[in-house]
Amino acid sequence: MQKDQPVLRLQELTRVHGSGATEVHALRGIDLDVFPGELVAVMGPSGSGKSTLLTIAGGLDTPTSGKVLVEGTDITTASRKQMAALRRRSIGYVFQDYNLIPALTAAENVALPRELDGTSARKARREALAALEEMGLGQLADRFPDEMSGGQQQRVAIARALVGDRRLVLADEPTGALDSETGESVLGLLRARCDAGAAGVLVTHEPRFAAWADRVVFLRDGSVTDTTLRSQAETLLQGGVAAQ
Amino acid sequence: MSIRHGLLALLDRGPRYGYQLRTEFESRTGATWPLNVGQVYTTLARLERDSLVVPAGEDDSGHALYAITDKGRTELREWFARPVDRKSPPRDELAIKLAMAVGSPEVDIRAVIQAQRLHTIRAMQDYTRLKAQAIETGPTTRDEVAWLLVLEQLIFSAEAEARWLDHCEARLVRLAESIGQADDDAPKRQADSTDSATHRPARR
Ligand SMILES: Nc1ncnc2c1ncn2[C@@H]1O[C@H](COP(=O)(O)OP(=O)(O)OP(=O)(O)O)[C@@H](O)[C@H]1O
Ligand SMILES: [Mg+2]
Repeated sequence: MQKDQPVLRLQELTRVHGSGATEVHALRGIDLDVFPGELVAVMGPSGSGKSTLLTIAGGLDTPTSGKVLVEGTDITTASRKQMAALRRRSIGYVFQDYNLIPALTAAENVALPRELDGTSARKARREALAALEEMGLGQLADRFPDEMSGGQQQRVAIARALVGDRRLVLADEPTGALDSETGESVLGLLRARCDAGAAGVLVTHEPRFAAWADRVVFLRDGSVTDTTLRSQAETLLQGGVAAQ
Repeated sequence: MSIRHGLLALLDRGPRYGYQLRTEFESRTGATWPLNVGQVYTTLARLERDSLVVPAGEDDSGHALYAITDKGRTELREWFARPVDRKSPPRDELAIKLAMAVGSPEVDIRAVIQAQRLHTIRAMQDYTRLKAQAIETGPTTRDEVAWLLVLEQLIFSAEAEARWLDHCEARLVRLAESIGQADDDAPKRQADSTDSATHRPARR
């Protein structure tokens, strides 16, 4: 896995919001590589910089300094046009607050990025329906966002991020509005997408969802304080975890 | 962990011999609670003493079989019906460690918390991987379903620990100043707080 080129590479990333007395150092020198097939979870207290990191990785915000490479392209110096294409084609983004377009149905919301990217309307709809089906929302394809529950909207937003062949999936608290079981199945889908070769970054407060990741990165005050690597699961149960 | 009741539950499905009980117990709980055969025989001896099981001859290969008695069945039903006692929670090393760390100014309690959280989350990653495997193969037998439930129990209790650690850390940051001042010039208070930390409050 490590031999491949990373899908996402963050180098010495910093982000300062505001200036002078109100200056906030949201990120202070972040280095992070995410390889194909890898799911990385980002955890940390509120305000530690998780969303900032994700929006910069997705090209929705620009860093104060440092580089962001998506499949080798430095998106901080890419043209608007290149960037827009990358965002539609390679990057799937799930926002903390869903960001669905209210005037479009669930299926239209999901199909939109594919259509913008030149896929025929019919094919885009077919893909959208399949993605909604995967999220257990086949029945709700023609509903508008304000006719759905929070958890259903959230799953539409996830379907939109996963539709097509995204190489990089960025998800900011994608399970916030979901019950335990539904959240789990969404994580299972994200995991499957990564197992199939995509790279994923998942921001979450829930240790149980972070545990689906290959690596968990802990942010605090804009810096990475710790990183876990998965160990050998089989060795863990030897000798009995709960035997004491 | 009630090995006693675990064995009764297995015997409720028919007479079994010691080694067989051990194997079934472990496959039911996914070897999360390994038993040695010695424990099984000691437990069987006690169950027999209490008339909850009786010897039931030998099988074709000469293994000494045990069978559950009516009294054993009653005991088993009661066990299933009775909630697991929370009044005397098992002693938790981590809780004791943190309580002690609070009373020891030279210990960097944040470092203790951070190291533990890392360890706990890593364990959760491992359990989750095992769980993903279990789900992928589609648990069909009772043993497979039981194993999945046991794994999820491990995941949920590790999660509770991770959340509690987050909470402790945030709480300590908030309390940091007042604790420091109170303890430095008040040795008596410190003795009190250590005392109350070792006697964990009973939850009801
Ligand atoms: N546009 C902005 N202007 C000024 N400060 C900002 C802006 N956006 C974020 N910040 C600040 O940057 C820091 C990091 O914010 P960020 O949204 O990345 O946190 P987070 O880790 O995602 O938190 P949460 O878990 O609450 O979503 C915070 O202190 C926040 O107040
Ligand atoms: Mg955020």
